[in-house]
Amino acid sequence: MTNNQIMFFIFSAIIVVFSILTVTSRRILRAATFLLFVLVSTAGLYFMLRFNFLAAIQLTLYAGGIVVLIIFSILLTSQVGAKLELPGLTKKIFAFLAAAAGATLCIFTILQYKFPETSIISGRTNIDDIGKALVNTGKFGYALPFEVISILLLAAMIGSIIIAKKRKD
Amino acid sequence: MINFGYTVWIVLIPFFLFILIGFFGNKFKPIVSGIVGTSGLFASMVLSYYTAYQYFFVVPKLGDTFQKIIGYNTVWLNLTEKLHIDLGVLLDPISVMMLIVITTVSFMVHLYSIGYMQGEKGYMRFFSFLSLFSFSMLGLVIATNIFQMYIFWELVGVSSYLLIGFYYTKDTAVAASKKAFIVTRFADLGFLIGILILSFTTGTFDFITLTDPHGPAIMMGGGIVFLGLSTMTWSMIFVFMGGAGKSAMFPLHIWLPDAMEGPTPVSALIHAATMVVAGVYLVARMFPIFHFSAPVALDVVMYVGAFSSIFAAVIACTQFDIKRVLAYSTMSQIGMMMFALGVSGYGEEAGLGFMASMFHLFTHAFFKALLFLGAGAIIHAVHSNYMNEMGGLRKHLPITHITFLIACLSIAGIPPLAGFFSKDEILAASQGKSMFIFILGLIISALTAFYMFRLYFSIFWGKEQHYHHTPHEAPKVMTIPLMLLSLGAIFAGLLPFASFVTSDGKPMAMHIDPAVAIPAILVGVFGALTAMVFYRKETNIPEKISAALGGFYRAAFRKFYIDELYLFITKKIIFNHVSRPIAWFDRHIVDGSMNGISYVTNEVSTRIKRFQSGQLQQYAWVFVTGAVALALAFIYLWTN
Amino acid sequence: MFEGVPLTWFLIVATLMFFIGIYGFLVRKNLITMLMSLELILNSVNINFVAFNKLLYPQHLEGMFFTVFIIAVAAAEASVAIAIIINIYRRLVNIDVEKMEEMKY
Repeated sequence: MTNNQIMFFIFSAIIVVFSILTVTSRRILRAATFLLFVLVSTAGLYFMLRFNFLAAIQLTLYAGGIVVLIIFSILLTSQVGAKLELPGLTKKIFAFLAAAAGATLCIFTILQYKFPETSIISGRTNIDDIGKALVNTGKFGYALPFEVISILLLAAMIGSIIIAKKRKD
Repeated sequence: MINFGYTVWIVLIPFFLFILIGFFGNKFKPIVSGIVGTSGLFASMVLSYYTAYQYFFVVPKLGDTFQKIIGYNTVWLNLTEKLHIDLGVLLDPISVMMLIVITTVSFMVHLYSIGYMQGEKGYMRFFSFLSLFSFSMLGLVIATNIFQMYIFWELVGVSSYLLIGFYYTKDTAVAASKKAFIVTRFADLGFLIGILILSFTTGTFDFITLTDPHGPAIMMGGGIVFLGLSTMTWSMIFVFMGGAGKSAMFPLHIWLPDAMEGPTPVSALIHAATMVVAGVYLVARMFPIFHFSAPVALDVVMYVGAFSSIFAAVIACTQFDIKRVLAYSTMSQIGMMMFALGVSGYGEEAGLGFMASMFHLFTHAFFKALLFLGAGAIIHAVHSNYMNEMGGLRKHLPITHITFLIACLSIAGIPPLAGFFSKDEILAASQGKSMFIFILGLIISALTAFYMFRLYFSIFWGKEQHYHHTPHEAPKVMTIPLMLLSLGAIFAGLLPFASFVTSDGKPMAMHIDPAVAIPAILVGVFGALTAMVFYRKETNIPEKISAALGGFYRAAFRKFYIDELYLFITKKIIFNHVSRPIAWFDRHIVDGSMNGISYVTNEVSTRIKRFQSGQLQQYAWVFVTGAVALALAFIYLWTN
Repeated sequence: MFEGVPLTWFLIVATLMFFIGIYGFLVRKNLITMLMSLELILNSVNINFVAFNKLLYPQHLEGMFFTVFIIAVAAAEASVAIAIIINIYRRLVNIDVEKMEEMKY
């Protein structure tokens, strides 16, 4: 049992357990907290895979941004202390069946397929390379998606402000 | 080669008159429609006489046979190469003879109607319908193929319906017109079936091809046999059913007495001289097929004709309405024409029955039209139809009296009037075939003389009744046709008819056989004298005899309860057991399946619309399940 | 195989997280909890990309960049979603997804 494997088991256990708790918890703030744990564990997985920059982004944006946003919206819209209603039994069964069927199908397919082994062993990802790739306009460059993403974010910002704005009536 | 293209105009002039008078008649004074109609028919009459002159005297015969000439022909509906429906003009001895008869009688009736219908509302409508009828009848007789004949046959039925129901405000007239149309239409069903079987077997509608003795239709002979009779026999029996309906043969005769509800000129034209002989004409036209390929059918014709003839003669002896007596007389005379065709052979001397039948048709048109128009004058003078309300009219209506007497003598078969010659030939032909039919013919002649003279004496002799106002003679415009027709009733018999119209087109000699003529004259005189004894003066002999005959007399007076039988069959049997189930089927199953389809659609849509529930999570669920199913299908099941 | 952890294990974890997220999306009534399930789904996809990148094509960086962009898009989408949720709350004073069925037949 290598260290990596132990780390992997811990992280994946946290992910699976806490995600189940997120979707079944009856108090909404606890669900948000469990989501936070899931996201942090995911960042842990990224760290394990030596994607440091990505892990940092995950922590900053997801854990620090989106979860905070979600908590703000919870506080704005619902009674925080109240217990959420349980969904009906038929709904749970149907949803469980759909999800289980999909999961079985995917896992079955994954286990059947032989993924090719690669002999290249790589180490940490270099932040230099990331930076160069991000503004590269040639092959393997991400300048265009970078610009498009910035426009998307601008649009999203403006959109949310307009939608959520208080109307003068 | 003479061009007979002008014969088309004989038929088309009345048609254009029908449209002209129908649309524009009410813009002028009524008398204008009368004059226009009559002049048009006069033009047709002149053209027919000219055609007859050309056909019989000018056109050279083939060998010594009158040939069939197509005056005009156009293909109307092309079904296949060989099977096509044409419209055209066929000239042969019987059609030319019919042209003369129809146009002459129609012209006389038009002239008469100018006076008879004066003052009636609907004067213009009457003349336009008369022209429509003339057009239809003329089209029927000059038809080149059986389908064209069928088309005009139906048109004649429609014209008859329109004319019988002319007084449409009277319930009895409306009922009578419907009865006539429905009965003849039912008979025409048989006619159509016959046409279809015939054309299917022989592959053609054309008369010339069908009736050629050496042609393909007749050479086909037996063909397929169905239930013991060949297809040709079946088709001819069905065709005869159509003819029997139109000619009021038993049991499809019920419409003819009721048809007397129409105006009297209509009865004269349609129900005496022209439309009712259409059935006889049809059998005559198809005669070669009857003789060569369907002799059984010809026997059917003979028996039906003979039975109808005596049946009608018996009933006519008991009726009091003068038009009804004449109607039954017509049925009886047409029965005689039918059985004359039935006993006939083909070619030369054997075809005597055919010639006799056509001859009788020719003379009958004259004296029957004369009788009806005379009856019209009498009714016009006395304002009543019933002969027990009349008597002693000979002093008041001299011209009508003389012409009516001439017609009665003619129909009774007294020489040298026309009726004697034609009836004599019929009796001669039936003697050649069967003694039974000959004796029957003599009995019928006796009865004919009896009831006609009963009619004559009751109206013009006997005790004078008390009339509302003194009856006066009809105006000239009504008496001139009477006089002209009486000339025909007298002299038509002297025509050498057999040199023109015979079964195979070859002229033959006509002779009077004393063995036939003497009995015929004797029975006629006997019948007339009996009637004179009973009815010339007021006696109670008739009452005593009818009391003695008891039930038979009552049955004959009630027309042997045939109408009641028909009503029983239709109401109790057909309505209850055939119509009701069919109506139930229509309402519940046919409508039900339509309603069912819409009901099912409704239910299905109600169930399906729950898919559009507006619930986001349901949509997502369907999405996920669908994606999983598709993935399953494409990855694992689609093994390609 | 990355230091003892085979690729399939990463994929299985990601699959489980994905379908748990789908289950949550289909079951939860509150709109915000549905949004949380949606984040789970997006994250599982991220793990997939990264695992493939590291274990099959270590010399490239496509997987990582894809993930970066997915995170950016997820952030934008979450903010717009919450703006809509706030708007709905203003109108209907509750955010139960079963009550929002204006698009019914």
